[in-house]
Amino acid sequence: MLSRVANSLFWMNRYIERAENTARIVDVNLQLLLDFRNLDDRRLAEHWVPIVQSTGDETLFFKLYKAANGQTVTDFLVFSQENPNSILSAVAEARENARMVRDQVTVELWEEINRLYLFMRSPQSRQVWASAPDELCNEVKRSSLILQGLVRGTVLENEGWYFMEAGRFIERADKTTRILDVRYQTLPERGLPGPINETDALEWVAVLRSCSAMDAYRQTYGADVHPAHIAELLVLSDEFPRSVRSCVARLDRALRSIAGTPSHRFTNNAEKLSGRLLAELQFSTVDDIFAPGLHDYLDQLQIKLNAVGDALFEAYIFLPYLEADPATERQQQ
Amino acid sequence: MLGLSRDPSGASLGRVLLDRYEAGDFFDEMVSGTGEIRPHYRRFLERFNQLKRDEFDQKRQAVDLAFLRQGITFNVYGDQAGAERIFPFDLIPRIIPATEWARVETGLIQRITALNHFLHDIYHEQRILKEGVIPPFYVLSARHFRREFVNFQVPKDIYMHICGTDLIRDRDGKYLVLEDNGRCPSGVSYVLENRRAMRRSFAGLFEAVGVRPVANYSDVLLKTLLNVAPAGVAEPTVVLLTPGPYNSAYFEHTYLARQMGIEIVEGRDLVVRDDRVYMRTTKGLRPVHVIYRRIDDDFLDPTVFRRDSQLGVPGLVHACRAGTVTLANSIGTGIADDKVMYYFVPRMIKFYLGEEPILDNVPTYLASEDEDRRYILDHLDELVVKAANESGGYGMLMGPKATKAEIAEFRDRIIAEPRNYIAQPMISLSRHPTFCGEEFEGRHIDLRPFILNGEKIFVLPGGLTRVALRKGSLVVNSSQGGGSKDTWVLYGDE
Repeated sequence: MLSRVANSLFWMNRYIERAENTARIVDVNLQLLLDFRNLDDRRLAEHWVPIVQSTGDETLFFKLYKAANGQTVTDFLVFSQENPNSILSAVAEARENARMVRDQVTVELWEEINRLYLFMRSPQSRQVWASAPDELCNEVKRSSLILQGLVRGTVLENEGWYFMEAGRFIERADKTTRILDVRYQTLPERGLPGPINETDALEWVAVLRSCSAMDAYRQTYGADVHPAHIAELLVLSDEFPRSVRSCVARLDRALRSIAGTPSHRFTNNAEKLSGRLLAELQFSTVDDIFAPGLHDYLDQLQIKLNAVGDALFEAYIFLPYLEADPATERQQQ
Repeated sequence: MLGLSRDPSGASLGRVLLDRYEAGDFFDEMVSGTGEIRPHYRRFLERFNQLKRDEFDQKRQAVDLAFLRQGITFNVYGDQAGAERIFPFDLIPRIIPATEWARVETGLIQRITALNHFLHDIYHEQRILKEGVIPPFYVLSARHFRREFVNFQVPKDIYMHICGTDLIRDRDGKYLVLEDNGRCPSGVSYVLENRRAMRRSFAGLFEAVGVRPVANYSDVLLKTLLNVAPAGVAEPTVVLLTPGPYNSAYFEHTYLARQMGIEIVEGRDLVVRDDRVYMRTTKGLRPVHVIYRRIDDDFLDPTVFRRDSQLGVPGLVHACRAGTVTLANSIGTGIADDKVMYYFVPRMIKFYLGEEPILDNVPTYLASEDEDRRYILDHLDELVVKAANESGGYGMLMGPKATKAEIAEFRDRIIAEPRNYIAQPMISLSRHPTFCGEEFEGRHIDLRPFILNGEKIFVLPGGLTRVALRKGSLVVNSSQGGGSKDTWVLYGDE
């Protein structure tokens, strides 16, 4: 497979996953505000600023807007063309990558991505957003799920498939850590948190729902909302499909499938780093998460995930471009 | 439900089409001079007449939506970055009866055969120049004549593997060749997709009318490319080289690559080592043997042609000379697109084949011939002037429709650079009933058949019928407001 094609497949899926997660964050937080009373500017900012921070685009946000409130933050996250990670931008990027490898993706897959793109660009999407924001978010989520189904149902399970898989799961793992990180300020700096008050509980429920984890949580821990349980579910669970551990397991499997490497071995840095990260997650408890403090722990996780991404790029995409051919160089003289 | 509407007030479409349609003072493809429906359209119209107006509207919308959804679009240069448009598609097919097509087909085969002889000759003995059939000046001064490739041996002596020749019909319905596109003719994907759209919209019609299929084009194209693989390669790898997603024909590139099951590559995906071409893959470098290139010569290799080309592959030309990789079309075929060479094609046919041309050229004046130039300059307001090496409707003067300033500008340009200009009388292209918003009106059309030169010469039945959608316009190019129609070549004559 061409390195450029592998790169495009990886990013196509990664951007779709990004759009889906952003849609979920926006949806949940808009609904959450309906439950609060007496919202003043300060309270609104307290709610929305961490959400912007979690996307990593805080600097850009404050360059574009004066204050963080529902209107500005959702505009930034949904339709902003200046924000490269807004839903619209992510969908456009995914579609651009798909377009670059049109011959490699199935017709069904391409048409669904193109449909989502045309919808996001249409005046219709703005109307939907104005009248029922959750409808727009649902449309994006639904489309992302359809695309996952189409990848499973129509695409040859070969190298390209594993690059798509890697893109999706590295993004999902990263986004789960970011969503979990949103409410760390309500926790003690280090050590296991105690019980939380009712308002904070609502915010933590929003974290769960942003990861579509509410049902999974109830089934595992009952109705009582506790940050330690939430962190355990979202980071360490080997059953919940959006937990960091599950995502890294899928990522690791995809990476090893690309090169055909058996488990417990590695042939390049990407496999080494993902295998090591997976082992770490498999052999950790919730105490390990809170010992350094949730925020620091998640920071480290994100750094490790980035390192896997960089190593993947170097192993398959970047390297072949580096070598220069002396014969060709001479010819140019 | 789509297509099953029974609105009693919806008048039969054929009635509307026939009652109000005016063939006008042109050759009309469907309606004869005496107002009769030509025989080869009768069976189509019998069926089409049963369609209600709202059914037709629904079909039209469904087709447009399908094109948009599938991303069957082209990019417009000079438009906002990344802007894509669908190529407007008209549902009324252009129909060609078997006997008429047979003649066109033979004419095209004759023409590509002569052009291929010509290319071989000017890159080898140059007999046609030595014997004075074509003044050497014209060939040697041609922008796309590649001196570097004189005496270079191309596999199986095939230079032009893929050719799109533009045909028009004059007032008497006679087919004339307007130009040859021997570099990277595009449009074939629209032929294939238009047909798919028509089959979906009018499922029952095809069998009833008897239309020759076009779907095997990609198979023949792949065979054509494999046919010229370097000798001794057991399983040659074929790739399609594209300038990238921002090229106006990018959809077509991905379409053909997918249909043929070959990789589509950009210049940066290829690398040359020891005069061999490789593609960069996730498993290292993989050899490439045949390149269907959709990039002009100028951009192929920055070490040989344009140094500023970002699209090309350093060392590619050298590898090609070493015979480890074949380019289709070969380097240097662009000279056949030169509108001055076009003038000489009838002479090539006589010289190499000893035959009379089956398809005539449009009468052409060469600005570098004194007598012709005088005529051109005296009749600028009647003639169509074309730059010798432009395509896509750029660099043209339509005398009868031009302003005084435009005419003055072209006069200066012709005097300054006569080699670079030709002129032709304004041909009133044939017209075809076309849906124009409310009514069916006559619109001018041309035809671009596609010819593949492999083990045998294959002409795709039909080709791309382009239609000038603007009223009275003679410009059919997609970049200038043109649309397209499905082209049906019948098994029989009715």
